Amino acid sequence: MNAIEVDHLTKYYSNARGVIDLSFEVNKGEIMGFLGPNGSGKTTTMRMLTCFFPPTSGTARICGHDILKEPLEVRRKLGYLPESVPLYLDMPVRSYLSFFAEVRGIPARQRKARIDEVLDKCSLTHVAHRLIGKLSKGYRQRVGIAQALLHDPEVLILDEPTIGLDPKQIIEIRSLIKGLGAARTVILSSHILSEVSAVCDRVIIIHEGKLVAVDTPHNLTRRLQQTPKILVRALGPAEAITKTLRSVPGVLSVKPGIDGPDAFIVDAEEGLPVINSLAQALCAQNLSIAEIRPVDMTLEEIFIQLVADDTEVRRQ
Amino acid sequence: MNTLTIAKREMGSYFTSLIAYVVTTVFLVMSGYFYYTNMVMFVMFVGSDVKLGLWQQTFYDIRFVTVSVLPLLTMRLFAEEKKMGTIELLFTSPLRDRQIIMGKYLACLAVFAMMLALTMLYPVLLKIVYQLEPAPLAACYLGLFLMGGACIACGIFLSSLTENQVVAAMSTIGVLLLLWFLDWNEGIAGSAVVQVLHQLSFSEHFLNFIRGIIDINDIVYYLSVIAFFLFLTGCSLESRKWRGIK
Ligand SMILES: Nc1ncnc2c1ncn2[C@@H]1O[C@H](COP(=O)(O)OP(=O)(O)O)[C@@H](O)[C@H]1O
Ligand SMILES: [Mg+2]
Repeated sequence: MNAIEVDHLTKYYSNARGVIDLSFEVNKGEIMGFLGPNGSGKTTTMRMLTCFFPPTSGTARICGHDILKEPLEVRRKLGYLPESVPLYLDMPVRSYLSFFAEVRGIPARQRKARIDEVLDKCSLTHVAHRLIGKLSKGYRQRVGIAQALLHDPEVLILDEPTIGLDPKQIIEIRSLIKGLGAARTVILSSHILSEVSAVCDRVIIIHEGKLVAVDTPHNLTRRLQQTPKILVRALGPAEAITKTLRSVPGVLSVKPGIDGPDAFIVDAEEGLPVINSLAQALCAQNLSIAEIRPVDMTLEEIFIQLVADDTEVRRQ
Repeated sequence: MNTLTIAKREMGSYFTSLIAYVVTTVFLVMSGYFYYTNMVMFVMFVGSDVKLGLWQQTFYDIRFVTVSVLPLLTMRLFAEEKKMGTIELLFTSPLRDRQIIMGKYLACLAVFAMMLALTMLYPVLLKIVYQLEPAPLAACYLGLFLMGGACIACGIFLSSLTENQVVAAMSTIGVLLLLWFLDWNEGIAGSAVVQVLHQLSFSEHFLNFIRGIIDINDIVYYLSVIAFFLFLTGCSLESRKWRGIK
């Protein structure tokens, strides 16, 4: 039995599409990334999985419990961090967790020990008596995660857990998520590719409410890096540089880059050590190199490519 | 069990946010003022019928404070949770909607009961100087408690319809006033209609209580109003399933 089985899940809002015909599975103990640009339907999917509202059609099972038939059982199995990290700002951290421990049915005798444990895990012990409203965004995020972990759920659903945090906090939250233990199944959504690939075992990509790909981060990047792009930044007359770059074998096109007058984007053929050749050619012309590196694809480009691949496959 | 957990949190929130203190203070000051003025009036002009007339007049006045003060207690119950998004936490916890509704209702009712209990200080003080009959007073308190319970149910329903607390409070005051004055239509409508409006309106049933009459019909009336509004609240929460809340 998989931890999460999503079966043709579809949601239409009264005036907009939410998600269309999503089907995927998440294995026990897996950390699954849920990747898509804003408005692609990540939150909508998560809200259906947490039984916040039911799907228009289709269904899903969490640990074998159907979201339509046994919503209370599903919610017992789940820990959930909503996207906006809603919290009762007028409560101290400990009382807040104590309230949810009670709601979650943790017996009174075990409550204190359990709260201490999650406080420790989320590095919140020293702010346990502060009002949540007085905490910074990073701490509030941790309170949200602590709440989701309270009842030691089998499945954890985190909606954009690192959005709005500074880089240091992002790293902390990421290592917290990674350390949640192998026994737990986690789905976390994000619109940042690198974040998902750093933490997740597999990634689901959705675009405009539709599933485009499910794969490991490694396979995805391999699949996508078919036509390498190289960013070159060199000092010298633009025309000379363009001419030199064009002359290198394997170069398909040279375009001015968007990050400055001295930047160029080179589209190259696959399978050739083009970066080396480019560098050598520039040196031979006495043009000094400021920067030369492969360009990571932006999320938008990945989608365009995946969606294009997808329609191509269908056509064949 | 879960109902009590919710109720406990709501009570805590009433007191940490000071709303409970402010509302209670206004309520106590105003009802104390009505007790005082009515007593002076009775002693000076009527003298004889303090036993019943005093309570009747005083509770007739206090009802106004109740109607204008309770919407301020109920306005936040759902509107605030919707605005802050915390409703998503409750809706994704293993709680039933009716536990959430009843928890919030009971918390507000408890604060109201506490306010009423504090006003009992006035008749106790009065007893020192004047020998009174406790029975009619008990009927008055029961009537006010039931009427307040109905106001709270109405307020919770309207709070569940909006995420704006001012809208919730104002519309509650509007509906409550309408329910009070529903039967002020003798001149316009036919007598049969007026009979029905009398039955629906808050005032006729409340007047019985403060006259010292405990009639099962009046109790059933207020309990039905409470059940009706709590049922509507349930429907309003249910509507997220087809409407979807942000
Ligand atoms: N409560 C709602 N009512 C109407 N439309 C909504 C609602 N929530 C989301 N949507 C729409 O559904 C689509 C998917 O939104 P969402 O699931 O929030 O995407 P994501 O979380 O990936 O940014 C968007 O087009 C959004 O406008
Ligand atoms: Mg979202």
